[in-house]
Amino acid sequence: MSIFVDKSTKVLVQGITGREGQFHTRQCMEYGTRVVAGVTPGKGGQQMDSVPVFNTVAEARAETGADCSLIFVPPPFAADAILEAVDAGIELIVAITEGIPVLDMMKVKRYIQNSPSRLIGPNCPGIITPGQCKVGIMPGPIHKPGGPIGVVSRSGTLTYEVVHQLTREGIGQTTCIGIGGDPVNGTNFIDCLAAFQDDPDTKGIVMVGEIGGSAEEEASRFITEQVNKPVVGFIAGLSAPPGRRMGHAGAIISGKSGTAQGKIEAMEAAGIHVCRDLGRLGELCAKVFKDA
Amino acid sequence: MKIHEYQAKQLFKQYAVPIPEGQVAFDVEQAKQIAAGLGGFPVVVKAQIHAGGRGKGGGVKLAHSLDEVEQVAGQLIGMNLVTHQTGPEGRLVRKVLVEQGLQIEKELYFSLVPDRATAKVVIMASRAGGMDIEEVAEKTPEQIVKVYVDPLVGLQAHHCRQVAFGLGLTGALMKAMTQLTTQLFRLFVDYDCSLVEINPLVITADQQLLALDAKINFDDNALFRHKDIVELRDLDEEDPLEVEASKYNLNYINLDGNVGNMVNGAGLAMATMDIIKLAGAEPANFLDVGGGADAEMVENGFRIILSDENVKGILINIFGGILRCDVLAEGVVKAARKTGINVPVVVRMEGTNVEEGRRILAESGLNLISATDLKDAAAKVAEIVK
Repeated sequence: MSIFVDKSTKVLVQGITGREGQFHTRQCMEYGTRVVAGVTPGKGGQQMDSVPVFNTVAEARAETGADCSLIFVPPPFAADAILEAVDAGIELIVAITEGIPVLDMMKVKRYIQNSPSRLIGPNCPGIITPGQCKVGIMPGPIHKPGGPIGVVSRSGTLTYEVVHQLTREGIGQTTCIGIGGDPVNGTNFIDCLAAFQDDPDTKGIVMVGEIGGSAEEEASRFITEQVNKPVVGFIAGLSAPPGRRMGHAGAIISGKSGTAQGKIEAMEAAGIHVCRDLGRLGELCAKVFKDA
Repeated sequence: MKIHEYQAKQLFKQYAVPIPEGQVAFDVEQAKQIAAGLGGFPVVVKAQIHAGGRGKGGGVKLAHSLDEVEQVAGQLIGMNLVTHQTGPEGRLVRKVLVEQGLQIEKELYFSLVPDRATAKVVIMASRAGGMDIEEVAEKTPEQIVKVYVDPLVGLQAHHCRQVAFGLGLTGALMKAMTQLTTQLFRLFVDYDCSLVEINPLVITADQQLLALDAKINFDDNALFRHKDIVELRDLDEEDPLEVEASKYNLNYINLDGNVGNMVNGAGLAMATMDIIKLAGAEPANFLDVGGGADAEMVENGFRIILSDENVKGILINIFGGILRCDVLAEGVVKAARKTGINVPVVVRMEGTNVEEGRRILAESGLNLISATDLKDAAAKVAEIVK
């Protein structure tokens, strides 16, 4: 089927009346996503197009039964917005916001670990199950519904590039998830790999990483132990200089750790088909997933 | 964001973390005055630049008299200091920290950093101070004490005990270490630091614990709530083009190659640099104009890329999603006309309305080379700069 979201997902949008919130709410609805509520404190009782706006997440959930929140709240208030969604019992929280302070996110992450909620992001494009539900800012039309490939990535437009190449090769996607470019995030590679492994419709996985941290190395160990579906990998930042933050807050080589070379080696050791030339990723996927 | 050692020490002072007596000097006269006021020799004169390895690079000097202060301060101020972190081009020294010299018995290491994997603050301490901590971690990891602090609970007394005992401290020194850990943890949280590091943290001959060095980095994402820290930013320490780009919220990093490039999104920008390299050329920069770039950002991006004299060709790689390719193409054409581009530009566009976008570029009459896909784009730009 898909992982985390499908056509039954009922979405509420936090920050729905802002410029980004309005624009992307409309885009998601056009794609077919069931957006049932919006939240903007102080604007409760209003409507954004046909969507009712509430003052609090708890109220919106109680009134509409929303089980997923899409967050466009600006960085100074975003951690609070995520925590509000957690406290309201929202199952899936997708935080698009870029620029949340690390210390805020560390608290959010520790808090959410003791709750039933799942967080995707922040600083991410969101999640899409093609043809069913788009909870994020990715362009819908580049995706191809029906699977059989799952995509998980730390990046935004790089993911679009990858998905586009898959679609051009005639390879559809079950679900595509951007887990975000921040150093501290919610759902990680391993969570997604485990979910794709358990999803009967997903026959293969594309994993897109980048420099910084050790998430790809940990994911590689997990793949060795727990994943038997074919995995194609790509790592951005082979030419990145050490000690510099490459756009994403989490994309930084510190000393000898977090290098692209180290990640590629770990991935290859785990049997992942690592693509070094982004221009040929689609071709490689066509070859690897031929029998998928 | 980085600050200088002398600025970090001022923050330490505010948090009652012991530091040597001293002050910053911007010229030789001032250095002499400060040295005279320290009440004895030797004094230490330390170059203030935003890079590590200053000692090894010759940026830290001892002086035993006012004449020597004059001599070494004169050498350091205006010197181009090369360390393993500055790159071969080095960094111009504009100021020095003049401090009392101390009788040192022992050198330790202490730092606080956020740990990505656990979402906790990690305190790292080691008896092997004064050395490159990465080297210590690699060769003798048993010499490093690591204590993880949950941000929801904060620093507890047992964390401090683990650090102090781990360093083999007892009695008054253990108390001093507990005090220092507590204060620095407060500073770390109060100011959203991404690094607080003391290397070396010293025990003097008279059994005082003291921060001989001080390094603090701040989380850029949190600067909105620390206006006083933003004031400490030293633009002289940053690349002028990067300073210019930051005014327009462009993520720009100046590199050594000659292929300028402009991309929307950080991941795709890195991957574009990689593909340029793979095609046999070198990227001149990293430039992410953002996932939702508009024509104005494209124009500013062009201007900044072109201010780099090394640039012999430009590759624009845009994945048009929400931002449609036709809108982008118009932006590129407008920007190209306005900025008067004098090097070949290869444009690779993909995504929404790509046909219309390509038509606009083709009919613009500008020297824009259209690429069909990424492979093609990299090959074309590598050919141009060859």
